Amino acid sequence: MPDEIPARVDRLELPFDARGVDEFGVSKWHLTAAFRALAFLYRSYFQVRCAGLEHIPPRGRAMLVGNHCGGIALDAAMVIASCFLELEPPRLAQGMAEKFINRIPFLSVWAARCGQLTGLPEHAQRLLESDRLLLVFPEGARGTAKLWKDRLSLVDFGTGFLRLALRTRSPIVPFGFLGGGDAVPTVTNLYKLGKLIGVPYLPVTPWVLPLPRPVPLSIQYGEPLRFEGTGTEDDETMQRYVDQVKGRIADLMQRGRP
Amino acid sequence: MKVLIPGIAGLLARKVAQRLLAEGHQVIGIDPRGWPGAPEQIELHPVDIRKRAAEEVFRRHRPEAVIHMATISALVVDAEERYRINLGSTRAVFEHCASYGVRQLVFVGRHTYYGAGPDAPLYHTEVEPPQELGTYPELADLVAADLYAANALWRLPELQTAVLRICYTLGPAGHGTLASFLKARFVPMVMGFDPLFHVMHEDDAADAIVKALSARARGVFNVAGPQPLPLSVIAHEAGRRVLPLPETLLARLVGRAGLPRLSHGALAHIKYSIVVDASLFRRETGFAHRFDELTTARSFADAFPPGGRSSPIPAPG
Repeated sequence: MPDEIPARVDRLELPFDARGVDEFGVSKWHLTAAFRALAFLYRSYFQVRCAGLEHIPPRGRAMLVGNHCGGIALDAAMVIASCFLELEPPRLAQGMAEKFINRIPFLSVWAARCGQLTGLPEHAQRLLESDRLLLVFPEGARGTAKLWKDRLSLVDFGTGFLRLALRTRSPIVPFGFLGGGDAVPTVTNLYKLGKLIGVPYLPVTPWVLPLPRPVPLSIQYGEPLRFEGTGTEDDETMQRYVDQVKGRIADLMQRGRP
Repeated sequence: MKVLIPGIAGLLARKVAQRLLAEGHQVIGIDPRGWPGAPEQIELHPVDIRKRAAEEVFRRHRPEAVIHMATISALVVDAEERYRINLGSTRAVFEHCASYGVRQLVFVGRHTYYGAGPDAPLYHTEVEPPQELGTYPELADLVAADLYAANALWRLPELQTAVLRICYTLGPAGHGTLASFLKARFVPMVMGFDPLFHVMHEDDAADAIVKALSARARGVFNVAGPQPLPLSVIAHEAGRRVLPLPETLLARLVGRAGLPRLSHGALAHIKYSIVVDASLFRRETGFAHRFDELTTARSFADAFPPGGRSSPIPAPG
């Protein structure tokens, strides 16, 4: 189906202008090129298995919240691909990119044109208030830095995402991602070398470079979670809610294991 | 209403003056540059707003409202003089307003107040402080003028003050920083970067300023029209070719080889976006833009074809 990707881009329910650019700078041209590559990776290279897509609202604001797995952001790319390739109508999941990305030529432009804005609370709130689908990894960069032996674990979650969900009255759709740690099995991270070239760290694999190998990946989406509150609750309450989300993600990871 | 416009000879100020006349207001202008061919109903005073003669205009005419447009951002004026003009003129305007019973003041500032940087949010709201002054010190005078104007909201509570931070303007008059940047055949860009630019048609900008006056807006407001666009798209729609250059090379070439003159700090403004959330202004005044972003860019292209130099409105002297 050679015209499938542009047709799906056309069916994204985003307010593109006549040049195919929306108010956040998301561009139909860039999306088409990026999703052609992602579709190959999603369907052929990794043969991603995806379940529970019916839990993602077809439109309106929602927050996809899941675990990091693998030394590079394969998880984000495959979740974005699943929402675009599997949902009807397709949706664009918009992640919060690491801040260093905006400083890197070309990568900065491609991330922004594909809707992946710098990870700032202001961006997350504005996207949700614009009824977008926000993708959040509460483990942050510590999550992608997990070593292979820790690939099935979860590091600490921040609470900012939950306060934002309450403030914007957004449902949280949890997901568990598996296989990233086997695709990019990190044996160590080079932090000093990473800093020298402007990234948080460089993951090292048994074949040195963090090039992913074609192993099956899986994504399990769970039922939406809704919490009562305004986002101004004390840390103890927030931590209780966060633990519920974390527990749900751990369940989904367990369910996705072969 | 009797309205005084310091800086009336600017291309945008002329449009504002003509709109006010059309709405039946009495318009008085102050500008040492003069305005050849100005409508005869406008009383022009070719004096410097910072001089005693300008105060006499306030004293004699007792305007009810002032629209302060006597600030400059052109980098052709040296930094010290620009600081004197921008901050000195703003201070003089506010002092005269307080002394001579002006009831309403609109300060026309710029959205570049917020600065551009890799960690800045895409959309700026009015509550944010100015950033990146360290990397772009040439903006300091305009930021200082903006902050001075904004503090009139509590310093001079009887003066109905609106501080407008207007995004880049574009259109057939070729007014403003972005228009100057786009007038060359080639538009230099930092290779690997393509920031969103917030652009509104110059007629919409003039309408917004008049709307701030008629709605008696009070506060600090971002002003923008349609959604922002990548710089490359604006350049393309304006009939220009983009010339992406590595940042270090571009920093050496600006102002030479036919490329527009830019300070080193201004490079951040063609590398990172400055976009504003203008919803507050729309809510408070009912302003709605008439020109979309593509029509705006094309109207500039029609007036300034690549390689051509035609302009229906002469540049101020």
